[in-house]
Amino acid sequence: MSKPVSALMGAAYDGIVRVEECGLQGMITLRGDLASKPVAAAATGATGQDMPGQRRANVAGQSGLCWMSPDELLVLVPHAEVGDKLAAMTKALGNAHSLAVDVSDARAMFRVSGANAREVMAKLAPVDFAPGAFGPGDFRRSRLAQVAGAFWMEEDGSFRIICFRSVADYVFKLLKVAAQPGSAVGVF
Amino acid sequence: MSTRLAKQGRLIDRSKQVTFTFNGTTMRGFEGDTLASALLANDQMMMGRSFKYHRPRGVVASGAEEPNALVGLGEGARFEPNQRATTTELFDGLKAASQNHWPNLDFDIGAVNTYLSRFLPAGFYYKMFIHPAPFWKHVYEPIIRRSAGLGKAPDRELVDADTYEHFHVHTDVLVIGGGVAGLQAAKVAASSGARVLLIEQTAHWGGRAPVDGGTIDGLSPDEWVSRTLAELEAMDNVTLRARTMGAGVYDHGYALGYERVADHTPGVPGPRHRLWRIRAKQIVSATGAIERPLSFAGNDVPGVMLAGAMRDYVVNWGVTPGQRVVVATNNDDAYRTAIILKQAGVDVLRILDARKEGGGALADEARGLGIRVDPGKAIAKVKGGKRVKKISICNQDGVGGAREEVEADAVAMSGGWSPVVHMWSHCGGKLIWDRANAHFRPDPDRPPLGADGKGFVVAAGSANGPLALDQVMADADAAGKAAAKAAGFAAKRTKAPEGAAMAENAMEAVWLMPANAEVQLRMKSWLDFQNDVKVSDVQLAAREGYESVEHTKRYTTLGMATDQGKLSNINGLAILADALNADIPQVGTTTFRPPYTPISMGAIGGEARGEVFQPVRKTPIYDWSNANGADWEPVGQWRRPFAYVRPGESVHDAVNREVKNTRENLGLLDASTLGKLIVKGPDAGKFLDMLYTNMMSTLKPGKCRYGLMCSENGFLIDDGVVARIDEDTFLCHTTTGGAERIHGHMEEWLQTEWWDWKVYVANVTEQYAQIAVVGPKARKVLEKLNAKAGGGMDLSAEALPFMEWRDGRIGEFDARAYRISFSGELSYEIAVPASQGLAFWEALVDAGKEFGVMPYGTETLHILRAEKGFIMIGDETDGTVIPQDLGLGWAISKKKDDYLGKRAQERSHMADRDRWKLVGLETVDGSVLPDGAYAVGEGVNANGQRNMIGRVTSTYYSANLGRGIAMGLIQHGPDRMGEIVEFPGTDGKTYKAKIVDPVFYDKEGAKQNV
Repeated sequence: MSKPVSALMGAAYDGIVRVEECGLQGMITLRGDLASKPVAAAATGATGQDMPGQRRANVAGQSGLCWMSPDELLVLVPHAEVGDKLAAMTKALGNAHSLAVDVSDARAMFRVSGANAREVMAKLAPVDFAPGAFGPGDFRRSRLAQVAGAFWMEEDGSFRIICFRSVADYVFKLLKVAAQPGSAVGVF
Repeated sequence: MSTRLAKQGRLIDRSKQVTFTFNGTTMRGFEGDTLASALLANDQMMMGRSFKYHRPRGVVASGAEEPNALVGLGEGARFEPNQRATTTELFDGLKAASQNHWPNLDFDIGAVNTYLSRFLPAGFYYKMFIHPAPFWKHVYEPIIRRSAGLGKAPDRELVDADTYEHFHVHTDVLVIGGGVAGLQAAKVAASSGARVLLIEQTAHWGGRAPVDGGTIDGLSPDEWVSRTLAELEAMDNVTLRARTMGAGVYDHGYALGYERVADHTPGVPGPRHRLWRIRAKQIVSATGAIERPLSFAGNDVPGVMLAGAMRDYVVNWGVTPGQRVVVATNNDDAYRTAIILKQAGVDVLRILDARKEGGGALADEARGLGIRVDPGKAIAKVKGGKRVKKISICNQDGVGGAREEVEADAVAMSGGWSPVVHMWSHCGGKLIWDRANAHFRPDPDRPPLGADGKGFVVAAGSANGPLALDQVMADADAAGKAAAKAAGFAAKRTKAPEGAAMAENAMEAVWLMPANAEVQLRMKSWLDFQNDVKVSDVQLAAREGYESVEHTKRYTTLGMATDQGKLSNINGLAILADALNADIPQVGTTTFRPPYTPISMGAIGGEARGEVFQPVRKTPIYDWSNANGADWEPVGQWRRPFAYVRPGESVHDAVNREVKNTRENLGLLDASTLGKLIVKGPDAGKFLDMLYTNMMSTLKPGKCRYGLMCSENGFLIDDGVVARIDEDTFLCHTTTGGAERIHGHMEEWLQTEWWDWKVYVANVTEQYAQIAVVGPKARKVLEKLNAKAGGGMDLSAEALPFMEWRDGRIGEFDARAYRISFSGELSYEIAVPASQGLAFWEALVDAGKEFGVMPYGTETLHILRAEKGFIMIGDETDGTVIPQDLGLGWAISKKKDDYLGKRAQERSHMADRDRWKLVGLETVDGSVLPDGAYAVGEGVNANGQRNMIGRVTSTYYSANLGRGIAMGLIQHGPDRMGEIVEFPGTDGKTYKAKIVDPVFYDKEGAKQNV
């Protein structure tokens, strides 16, 4: 098999935060009744994570569940395991009306880390990033300047960002501008 | 002369000298100076010329309200016009230049206008330049544009050297204004536990209380400010931001803060301006008050200044604007200026108090210092050109006669104070007229309302009306508590701080000085300094029938300059009210609109400039194409190669080469941008039957069908090939521009109309790189890949017939192959995961060499489809075209009861036989028809224009056919085969074309079905 590559092949930038493209991440869009047993079983079975609450993400390493809407989860699994996980999920879903589909390659993922991470995010997304308002495990499906983006905070205070693969270069450059030296706001 | 004093200057650091230039002359100031205070310290009284009459003008205020002292700041890539000297912090190396004059500030040809002023009355432009009409464009407008105008635009060849950014922040309480009222409101609001953001437009906290004196809780204002600031800084729930102006208040507690991060430190890394996009539950407007000028003749001569501003210059920056000063006032507050000047060693010649009874305790203090106080007196006229020379004094209640003259070099004037109600008013807060203080103030019963129907702005301190320190502190305390409570917090029951200031006598409204000034004086009494509007102009407007203040504003240009009438509005409407014999509140105010003072375009744009001005969407093959001659074309936010241009080729050459090669050998197209929507569920078939005009539910798994989608109005909105993946699942291809739009269209119908249908939709457009392998040798190259790497997919005509699809391996790639063709050639569209898209493309390029492979771009795609008569959404359709117009009746199911657009297409106009219909067009001489050209018929319409009978929708040069080909919509077109129609071009030529069948190439379709 040909070697899969991510959109920016791990590009990184150091400014007032560190910005890294994370490489390939397996992602499965799961739509269905989130309260139903088969959907929950498929999601938790694939990831070993609990079902997330509204606007929450339960993620450990490359596996996790992110709340996208009242009838949609983003299921994170290692990229190489997407095929198997999808097959297992489809089996678990059985006849339940649902949709599980591989969207790994439709996306790019970034990590923003460092003391100013909240501020860099707040320059691009219309979200309350203040400590106390946004903490580890909080997840938003929002925008980054002019494109759609989703993000959550990890235990160490860094952010994971997901955007469409076609705009990976735009988002990386956006993050670079927002992280330019001398641009710390000094609020959070 | 204006000069630096030996003492005073609480904001400057005399140990840090700063050098700057004004109009090329080197001058010195101190750290902490504003450009205005530093210019005054250098005796630069005149700072610019006025907009209309080019009159010499000096600084009149000390803050954001300044109308006169506008300069061009910086140079080259950091030049910016119209910057207020009063809000420009001085820094070493600052370069400023005055505006609105030629050849120079001291000698200005345009000043002749002032002698013509009686010929340039209110509404002059409207009266003068209305006839003859053609003169406007070619004579009047160019002249007016050259002679009018404030600052120069920056050099168009240069790019702003700075960066800008936005910052989103949420807070419970936003306090706008960091004077003593704002500090107190913030403090009490924060004590409730609410998150508080306090912003202040200047670099300093405390506003003007430290200049005006008095005590707060027994402390001097300076001491109280320091103490309160320290308390606020110690609170985790408080954010303080200086140099950040409240620019506007909008619906839903949205407010903009304009932070001038680096205006005073140009070149330092980081953004120059930051636009704070604030969401607040409650907003406290603690924006203070602005002093009003007095309207007397010559009130615009450099050296005439607001009384409050004059004492700001003394106390804050240690600068006196004159040595012999006359004070004119209608209130007690201006006595403070006289006292401060006197104490600083400046000669105060007179205090002319327009009130017959004169002032109170402050007047006594002034007299005690030996200052002459003349009650009932007024300034008849200020004489002097580039600076004040003489003052004519008269009785206030006269016409300006019986004058006495004194020699003076500066005048401090005060017409009372008006609350800054902008933040209150931006979102609909109403005002009431306060007769005692002769000003408009916020009406607490009619605040701007939020979504819950309750007020979300509270005014505090002098922005709410109170001017005396004790009332200001009590009001601010109450406002802070009210805001915290409204934001859902319980403010502590603390006592309001005790403000103490000297008692003042009542002010008296003075709208004209002297009260019955004769016309010669009124013609020199300025209301709007920046736009040169005088008392006589507003009176003329009233005589000419202008009764509405909004109309008068536009007719006279009162308040329309960059200062938006901060000094002039109240005075102007008072004059208007008087002229109309109406009450001031009856006349009302003009509308307060954001921003409070102009903010930079850079701040509005934020990060969106240069590389990130707009998102550019890139397919996995983008970089390869870029390195291989792609001539890029924007398709929505995508960039697609228009053609792959080889060295030495023109774009046109490249297109012709690609077109021929694809028909003769092998072409590759990056079709990754095509939309791919998964539609799944037990009701998916039923759903697609409603969305498409044709029947999709009967499609068998493994097969493909071309479909048309219409809006509920019947118009064609998208097309594409649908593949049935399994019983419950379809994959719908959309156009490149349709992916997000059609996804939204599907979700809308599913969420609003057919919410009980069991269907889920997912947009998987970017999951796949999709490559069209096109041409007679398409199968050969894929079979070669399979042979090389053991791919198992059988690509033969029998195993994978036309309009079917298969999953499997091609070479070393997991692929889905669709036998579909948009070119009329043997064609496979192959989707592989995007992460392997580039590798697959490169494998095809490599394996295709022996077959003459060439990548091709969108223009070749267009030409190939046009040769086959295939329509393109956006070319043959424009939102007014229905499938029946395009001869696509075959794709409209007759069996279905309904589909979106069906009923609309049955409406009489849609079924009209006279609609323009799709045909092919062949020029008689083989040339290429101009795109979008209209076909003309017999006769003319009601407007005398030639009747139109159709238009060109697609037109290309076909290298395969060696001639121009086109499609168009022509009235009764399909019935007029062989007829010649005329298309007048914009180049003056008339093109003649024959109506033909739209399929120019391989009419039988033999080439694609092999």
